[in-house]
Amino acid sequence: MNENDPQISQDITNLITVGNAFSEHAKMSMRNVNVFYADKQAIHDVSLDIGKNEVVAMIGPSGCGKSTFLRCMNRMNDTIDSCRIEGDFRLEEDDIYHPNQDVVALRARVGIVFQKPNPFPKSIYDNVAYGPKVHGLASSKTDLDEIVETSLVRAGLWNEVKDRLTAAGTGLSGGQQQRLCIARTIAVGPEVILMDEPCSALDPIATAKIEELIAELSQNFTIAIVTHSMQQAARVSQRTAYFHMGKLIEVNDTKKVFTNPEHELTEAYITGRFG
Amino acid sequence: MAQKEYTVDNTNLDKHISQSFNEELETIKNQVLAMGEVVEQQIADAVESIVNVDKELAKKVVAIEDDVNVREVRLDELCVEVLACRQPAAGDLRMILSATNIIRDLEHIGDEAEKVAKMSLTLAKKGAAPGGYEEVRHMGELVHTMLNSVLDAFNRLDVTQALAVAKADKKVDREFKSAMRVIVTYMMEDPRSIKRAMNIITALRALERMGNHSRSIAEHIIYLVKGLDVRHTSIKEIASKLGQ
Repeated sequence: MNENDPQISQDITNLITVGNAFSEHAKMSMRNVNVFYADKQAIHDVSLDIGKNEVVAMIGPSGCGKSTFLRCMNRMNDTIDSCRIEGDFRLEEDDIYHPNQDVVALRARVGIVFQKPNPFPKSIYDNVAYGPKVHGLASSKTDLDEIVETSLVRAGLWNEVKDRLTAAGTGLSGGQQQRLCIARTIAVGPEVILMDEPCSALDPIATAKIEELIAELSQNFTIAIVTHSMQQAARVSQRTAYFHMGKLIEVNDTKKVFTNPEHELTEAYITGRFG
Repeated sequence: MAQKEYTVDNTNLDKHISQSFNEELETIKNQVLAMGEVVEQQIADAVESIVNVDKELAKKVVAIEDDVNVREVRLDELCVEVLACRQPAAGDLRMILSATNIIRDLEHIGDEAEKVAKMSLTLAKKGAAPGGYEEVRHMGELVHTMLNSVLDAFNRLDVTQALAVAKADKKVDREFKSAMRVIVTYMMEDPRSIKRAMNIITALRALERMGNHSRSIAEHIIYLVKGLDVRHTSIKEIASKLGQ
């Protein structure tokens, strides 16, 4: 897709995000974010709030910047040398790019689940116990057992694995592995969970289980999810943010986005008028 | 940059990456219009059959009702297929939802036309009513024009014209009331004519309902194009929502 595509004539050079990008009860607030990979600008002046206990879906064509933006929210892009980030990122009052910010502590508060399930080559138990151990969240074995059990229960995996906690995490099915990764993420008691296409490697049944889980998790956590599945965005989120060529085109209630979007580009994307 | 208001128009209906999706939407739209044409003819024929006491024409209107029903079922199937296979969103979703509602209204208009035709057959058999024929002709012309105009608005996705049709329904309601006054006078003058006059009243009531259904179609067009639900809303409010 390029701006000269004959189907979509709209000039987005000076675009201002339409809809409602802000939340009265913001858990995370991003303001005027610009992201560069070397000389190439990947994100252009994006401002967005993720409300407390809200599920915000980020959608858009490949290369639109949605994953880049998501990864900036727990400083996953710090490891890329050529990546330069401008703008203000707040987790409640805390500036997460402050020089004194402990990145490991930040990632305990803002967890992330990736596209491909990536359990550690360890037992199911150790996969979940690893984070709490590193962060010193458990004072005893009993404490740790409890955290592991609670996390697996919350991730909807406990009943399937409770009798084989010492088995390898990598031996589980794809959907189970993804739920194990979610259990691992929630074991350290995060406030926000970022999900980067968490179901794209899963079959419809495993996908449905994860979506069900997202709804449950949102009662305790704040969730931002990047997805290529528009139906998934429609099903799991309260607000949907549409990215296009590094710009945030529209943020609105999900119901509105999928029945009557405000912006022509949003409409074109969700109705399959360009890829 | 000023935000361009997004509405559905005919220039973007065929712009999907999937050519077969374009064709499916186009087919649904064309078949709704084709069904509308059949129903339009039903109204014209039903009214003519009553005014000219033409039994053959009345029978034709009754017979055509089966065709209208078949079209409704086929179109519904098409819409269900698109919903299941394409999971349409935004303007496409509104197109499918509006189409299913519009065909329902068209089918009801067909039913009402059949009622008029049946009254025509009854009157042909039992003798003419004391009056009201001129009123039937007049209301028939009004609702026929409404349906013609609303189908044109659907074809061109024109909300201004849809709004005009919604307004015209008021006129049909006024005509119905005035026709009723005329017929009541006839009945008071000659109580023996009451039974036959009731047949004319049934026909007038059917025409008045056709006006309601045409207005309903106009409301579905406004929803389709603008995403505004204007059911159970006064004309004044609709006009203000549309900025007209």
